[in-house]
Amino acid sequence: MTNSIEVKDLTLNFGAVSVLKNMNLDVAEGEFVVLLGPSGCGKSTLLNCLAGLLDITDGQIFIKGKNVTWAEPSARGIGMVFQSYALYPQMTVRGNMSFGLKNARVPKDEIERRVARAAEILQLEPLLDRKPAALSGGQRQRVAIGRALVRDVDVFLFDEPLSNLDAKLRSELRVEIKRLHSRLKNTMVYVTHDQIEALTLADRIAVMRGGIIQQLAAPQEIYNRPSNLFVAGFIGSPSMNFLHGATVDNGKAFQFGETKVDLAGYEGGAILERSKAILGLRPEHLTIQDQPEPGKTIPATVEIDEPMGADSLVWLLAGSTQMSVRVPVERRLAAGKKVHLKVDITKASIFDTVTEQRV
Amino acid sequence: MASAPKGLRLFRNLNAKIAALPMIFTTLVVFVGGTLWTVFYSFTDSKLLPRERFVGFDQYERLWSNSLWVTSIQNILFFGAMSLVFTIVMGFVLAALMDQKIRFEDTFRTIMLYPFALSFVVTGLVWQWILNPDLGIQHIVREMGWTSFNFDPMNNPDTVLYGLLIAGLWQGTGFTMVLMLSGLRGIDEDIWKAVKVDGIPTWKAYVFVIIPMMRPVFITVLVLAAAGIIRLYDLVVAQTSGGPGISSQVPAMYVYRYMFAAQNLGQGFAASTMMLLSVLIVLIPWAYLEFGGKKRG
Amino acid sequence: MASITTNIAAHDAQGAARGPKPRRALSPRNIMLYGTLIVMCLYYLLPLWVMVMTSLKGMPEIRLGNIFSPPLEITFEPWVKAWSTACTGLNCDGLSRGFWNSVQITVPSVIISIIVASVNGYALVNWKFKGSEVFFTILIFGSFIPYQIMLYPMVILLREAGLYGSLGGLVLVHTIFGMPILTLLFRNYFSSLPEELFKAARVDGAGFWGIYFRIMLPMSLPMFVVALILQVTGIWNDFLFGVVFTKPEIYPMTVQLNNIVNSVQGVKEYNVNMAATMLTGLVPLIIYFASGKLFVRGIAAGAVKG
Repeated sequence: MTNSIEVKDLTLNFGAVSVLKNMNLDVAEGEFVVLLGPSGCGKSTLLNCLAGLLDITDGQIFIKGKNVTWAEPSARGIGMVFQSYALYPQMTVRGNMSFGLKNARVPKDEIERRVARAAEILQLEPLLDRKPAALSGGQRQRVAIGRALVRDVDVFLFDEPLSNLDAKLRSELRVEIKRLHSRLKNTMVYVTHDQIEALTLADRIAVMRGGIIQQLAAPQEIYNRPSNLFVAGFIGSPSMNFLHGATVDNGKAFQFGETKVDLAGYEGGAILERSKAILGLRPEHLTIQDQPEPGKTIPATVEIDEPMGADSLVWLLAGSTQMSVRVPVERRLAAGKKVHLKVDITKASIFDTVTEQRV
Repeated sequence: MASAPKGLRLFRNLNAKIAALPMIFTTLVVFVGGTLWTVFYSFTDSKLLPRERFVGFDQYERLWSNSLWVTSIQNILFFGAMSLVFTIVMGFVLAALMDQKIRFEDTFRTIMLYPFALSFVVTGLVWQWILNPDLGIQHIVREMGWTSFNFDPMNNPDTVLYGLLIAGLWQGTGFTMVLMLSGLRGIDEDIWKAVKVDGIPTWKAYVFVIIPMMRPVFITVLVLAAAGIIRLYDLVVAQTSGGPGISSQVPAMYVYRYMFAAQNLGQGFAASTMMLLSVLIVLIPWAYLEFGGKKRG
Repeated sequence: MASITTNIAAHDAQGAARGPKPRRALSPRNIMLYGTLIVMCLYYLLPLWVMVMTSLKGMPEIRLGNIFSPPLEITFEPWVKAWSTACTGLNCDGLSRGFWNSVQITVPSVIISIIVASVNGYALVNWKFKGSEVFFTILIFGSFIPYQIMLYPMVILLREAGLYGSLGGLVLVHTIFGMPILTLLFRNYFSSLPEELFKAARVDGAGFWGIYFRIMLPMSLPMFVVALILQVTGIWNDFLFGVVFTKPEIYPMTVQLNNIVNSVQGVKEYNVNMAATMLTGLVPLIIYFASGKLFVRGIAAGAVKG
């Protein structure tokens, strides 16, 4: 399989501030890659560099094997969808979709054919002669997608396309984008700060922070085996529980306060004995029980019980560490009750306190 | 080839650079170049034509020993101080009155603001006519039986500046009012609610709460008014021609006289450099407050 | 200064006053309030009233009567005289000459200055290049510098270009000195438009001029109207540049008006003077009354001009 996008050693500085640092990224043909990260991590900046809307400081960008590092945005074979839709207000839906084709001097009948096809795919036919102001938010974003679609390009770039929509529309359009991808099989690069979008849409997710890709992997891999503490904490809601302690007994157990947790069955590399380590446990990988099991449970005190509909979230204190556990909603727990948390060590992660990397 | 091709970079967005040429020409040649040129030649003894015979600060010494210039400076200081005080007080009071949910607000604003659309020449000539002692206000009041009434600011060297002030305020206060009103409207409505809940009298609310919050608007008004005062020219030319005698001369008239009429360019350059200096005295603290402060916090 | 425009815009949008609420119609407070406002309005209206009344009277009536009273006998003679036969120096063809000069100066100056400044503003917002912000900063500072310091270098530049004393030269001067405020106006407006629109147009293959004409221009028509109002009144009302950069045959209306009214020869004809003054003020007044709130926005942005 050839790579659709290759980014080599890309660096971008704004004055003295380094925004993207020596970045490398390969996106396979037909792949859906999501760039995910907190605001200011450089994900949108990277997308703008791919589109040619920002001049990079150093490095190279290839799209379909062609070096486009200094090519104009329109000459890169990309289509782009923006957060604010960016529809030209004075043009009709049809005018918006055909503007790029007119600039590229595509013959008239060809323009009509492509607009008609895009309108059919996105169910925009009845809206073609309306102005953007007469459309709802969801319709506008579909027009914006249509504008990228008519360009007949292999690479689609999405810059937080759903962030301006309300929750219901967002999930509808999310499904629509996924359907579009499975129908068209284009390469898609999608920027978002919403982890649900990332987890549901992506073939691979690139989690970014500070202009650096922290981890690039399939969603399940990122969720279950976060490569470092940042990724572990960023993905998942509520966030992963972190217990600060040490690995003991030649790496066979984790010491947390008075409690020892047996590490047999841990999926990861060899664990050495470390004076300091962090045990990461997702709320759904813990179960609450009344009786302790040596090497398998952690004692804790219930603080608050939050029923959330489908299930319920229990906040507890283990020593001075606050923890959360997801439990079936039928089970109500009174505050102050002493319980024991059973650890599923096969789904746990251990991090080195100094390097913050998973071991 | 890791780094960007340098030649390519220069020619990127070439159209934008070509389109910006008029701006680049204006800033570099006219604004920076012209200013430096004038400052430079203010140290020469240029008469009819500019020439590079340097005389140090001679032109400035002559300038400050010329009673015409000294009078101009005294006039602009007096006129400027009065004008600033009245502009701000009148502008604010009018704006506060306009902000009382009054009816016909648009009509009132239209009436207060229309003089601002008129030129200083028109302003000066109208007030010259109204203040005409033989046929204007003084004449009418005397006709009404008060024969000892005296109101002839334009023909008395001691009061002519008040005549200019009446005209200048007539032209400009409407605009100050509009700026102040937009400042008042920019204040969060909840502030008024809080003031009312706390039972603070309206005048106290204005003095201790609202005015301090409007600091940026006051500074803007101050800077704009000051910049306008230093440039004061057309109004005086039209209304008094600098008279009676030299009692209403202003610096801009001095510059014009020496540059284009008396053919003593060096004096004109020195005088205009002094004008620049006075603007910088106003501008630099303001720019420091406005932009310097922002960077730090 | 940048904040003024936004303030005014916000004020336009919110509209309603927010001070304490009025109570009964004829409360002492309301009498004070409206009383003060009406007295102030008399101050503002008085000159307009006097101007119009004087210009409609004959000279004998002016010498006898009261400048505030309406004419006993209305005559349009002064208006005709002011327009077509009033004298400046040796020329006795009235203000009409100055009017047409001002038209010839104003029309091209307004068009050229707005085109140049809007392109500047657009380039400054969307096509930043190295140093573009520096030029803009100098431009804005330049608008505060007294024109007097740049007058003579400008005379030399025009003389070198063979434009000194010509209409073309004055058009150039107005374009240059109108540039700071107009550029500021357009820059602020263009930067309020969503940046993604510009990016979308670039992805769609539109270039510098394509985006300007097809995307930016159609979206900024209100700003062009504001700029138009600002420039027409500003250039029409100009006096200094008219005096310095033109010669008597092509003096703009303001300069000619001043020469007519303040000429020392002959008997003063106050009615003709006021008719002439009224005629000169008519163009900006018509624009003011026709444009309403747009004028407020225009002058607020143009305030930097001082």
